[in-house]
Amino acid sequence: MAPTEQLRRFETDGVTATEQLAAALATELADGEIVFVSGELGAGKTTFIRGAARALGATAAVTSPTFAIGHRYPTRLEGLIVCHLDLYRLDGLDSEDPELLAPYLGPGRITFVEWPEHGGEGLGEPRLRVELRHSGGDRRAIEVRG
Amino acid sequence: MILAVETSCDDTCAALVSADGAILANVISSQEAHARFGGVVPEVAARSHLELIDPVIDEAFARAGASLQDVELVAATRGPGLVGALLVGFAAAKALAAARRLPFAPVDHLAGHVAAAYLKPTPFEPPFVALIASGGHTLLLAVRERGAAPEVLARTLDDAAGEAFDKGARMLGLGYPGGAPLERLARAGDPYAFNFPSGRGEDFSFAGLKTALLYRTRDLDMGDEQVRADLAASYQRAIVDALVRRAERALERAGLSRLALGGGVAANGPLRERLAALGAELFLPALALCTDNAAMIAAAALDAPALAYPDYLSLDVYATGEGPLR
Repeated sequence: MAPTEQLRRFETDGVTATEQLAAALATELADGEIVFVSGELGAGKTTFIRGAARALGATAAVTSPTFAIGHRYPTRLEGLIVCHLDLYRLDGLDSEDPELLAPYLGPGRITFVEWPEHGGEGLGEPRLRVELRHSGGDRRAIEVRG
Repeated sequence: MILAVETSCDDTCAALVSADGAILANVISSQEAHARFGGVVPEVAARSHLELIDPVIDEAFARAGASLQDVELVAATRGPGLVGALLVGFAAAKALAAARRLPFAPVDHLAGHVAAAYLKPTPFEPPFVALIASGGHTLLLAVRERGAAPEVLARTLDDAAGEAFDKGARMLGLGYPGGAPLERLARAGDPYAFNFPSGRGEDFSFAGLKTALLYRTRDLDMGDEQVRADLAASYQRAIVDALVRRAERALERAGLSRLALGGGVAANGPLRERLAALGAELFLPALALCTDNAAMIAAAALDAPALAYPDYLSLDVYATGEGPLR
């Protein structure tokens, strides 16, 4: 963790509040940046990314990319695509073609990464690290670093 | 005959299909290594597609007793899928087409799942409602005529049905892919032991179900085999309920009484039984045509507009999220 890194803690009471928090945080992001989104199964990673993606102008349905590994959502902004990666099914990126996920990273894109623990460090330094935790029912504790 | 290639996700697939929809060869190279890693792909799609694409196409020609000289049209999945994986099959297919100046048909993967119904020996023609349920997709489509863009009646808002099976299986300590082991465990369980949510509204939603199962696995004794079986049976019932109820509603909304099933979740026994009980005319393709395959891509190519050489050379693939049926 970089010494200047900021830690912010939030608690949301449901899907809508999680999406709204993500939408607010999305205003901090710039072209080419990466956001790591961690949390166990059902913690709300895809929900969080849906809120952020919509705030960034994504028009398509934001769904879980676990199977496809990567989704790309066009936005209303010319030249910006929201990318949504999910490394859940990967053992890491060490044995992969370095170009495998290149179409989901870099200029013209803002990239959200689920399950970054599975080799996500190889994708680049994230602007934000988000961690979601179940805190009973629909409540979620959300920590944002960076 | 049509040569078709499909590499949108994990499987490397090639098929040869005659112009009247008869399957001459349908080769699927499943990356069965996945199972050994509990669902984790040791080396994802793109690299293994590269290794497998040529042998899989060669195998298709060998099984059909044919060669590239016999091919009149080449087709490949253009999307949706993982860009790096799609590119391998799409580029290989374009190169084969270009080598003989053949026309080329780019095909949408989901249009392929629908078109699996058109293949011989039991072609099922529109109009019908298609339920596509797999690891990556969950859609209900009104298919009015071959080749025309179907109307999306319902889609998933979060996880796919097959993903719900896989992740539920993972929480119950079962293998990957999770559908078959979860179904087996569920046989010994009570599907009404637990009341799991099957989503509200016209669209599918499986995220709440996943969380509900997680909480149950925390609260209950997961060393008790009967508890695990009851959880599996109740969880499966919630997924099947979600699919069957929305399929029934989709048939009503579309004013249709014919239903075609596609995607790997079609392998689920309780789902097949419940759909059969709806009273609609039901089409269940052979399982090899439900999971990802290239014969269905060839079937879709029968109705898709083909591009003449060299117009297709600059054509690019599209990722999940970018396609027409997103």
